[in-house]
Amino acid sequence: MKSSVIIFPGSNCDRDMDVALKKFGFENQMIWHNDDKIPKCDLIVLPGGFSYGDYLRCGSIAGKSKIIKSVIEFAKKGGLVLGICNGFQILTETGLLPGVLQQNKNIEFICKNIFVKINDKNNKYFKNIDKDILELHIAHNEGNYFCSKDELKMLNDNNLIAVSYCNNNGEINERSNPNGAIKNIAGIFNKEKNILGMMPHPERMIDKYLSGEDGSIFFKNLLNNLK
Amino acid sequence: MKIKVTVTLKNGVLDPQGKAIQQTLNGMGFSNVEEVRQGKYFEVEVNEKDEDKAKLKVEEMCKKLLANLVIEDFKIL
Repeated sequence: MKSSVIIFPGSNCDRDMDVALKKFGFENQMIWHNDDKIPKCDLIVLPGGFSYGDYLRCGSIAGKSKIIKSVIEFAKKGGLVLGICNGFQILTETGLLPGVLQQNKNIEFICKNIFVKINDKNNKYFKNIDKDILELHIAHNEGNYFCSKDELKMLNDNNLIAVSYCNNNGEINERSNPNGAIKNIAGIFNKEKNILGMMPHPERMIDKYLSGEDGSIFFKNLLNNLK
Repeated sequence: MKIKVTVTLKNGVLDPQGKAIQQTLNGMGFSNVEEVRQGKYFEVEVNEKDEDKAKLKVEEMCKKLLANLVIEDFKIL
């Protein structure tokens, strides 16, 4: 399986993602934001970081970059696009995903492990995954997901809320909401569920000794689903 | 021609920075401050002599980049 990680000026999780993808068997290539085309692949990843220094709004400048046209084209044809953290922000800024990531409610940069509940397994990302709750890592200043009432209804009605912040027992409540995100939303799909944007970083949870391996479970499962 | 634009959060959208500023002002003794909403201000230099045309261009820029219409409103001054 081939994957492509897009590098923007200011991306800083691009290489972690490269390591993670390769560790679980993806043949990964790094793509520069100023390139015209993305070579044939099965998965595009928009990595975390601070593209363009978070100028204007997080992800807004990257959302208009040269390579994004190819990403949109790929996504519209049904290709899998995964946006992590800043990648999620970029996906909302391009309009591929609804809503917006606002500043955290407590105006603090949050860097810690959290738990998310997988709400929907009827998709390429989580199908057959043998866990319902994943321990992942978040590191962001703007992760407070917000959308209009109509969009929230649309997300709910179509089972598009991919993952929600929860506690280690899977309870979704205000105490397990780190950043004020509406309905504890940590990640969402587009209608066709080929695009997934989420704030937590699976690529930071791929080592038994350093972090924990719930990220490994995610990547292994994704690869199996694509085979 | 210089076109000036403000971008502000829509009513009802949480503005934690504005809230912190308001609380700080209250703490400084400005006890009658009830709310602060923070926004952005842009000066866009457009190579165009006709003001209406320039403003129309800037309006397009606002819709496409300067403002995120999910949470923000813009105003061309």
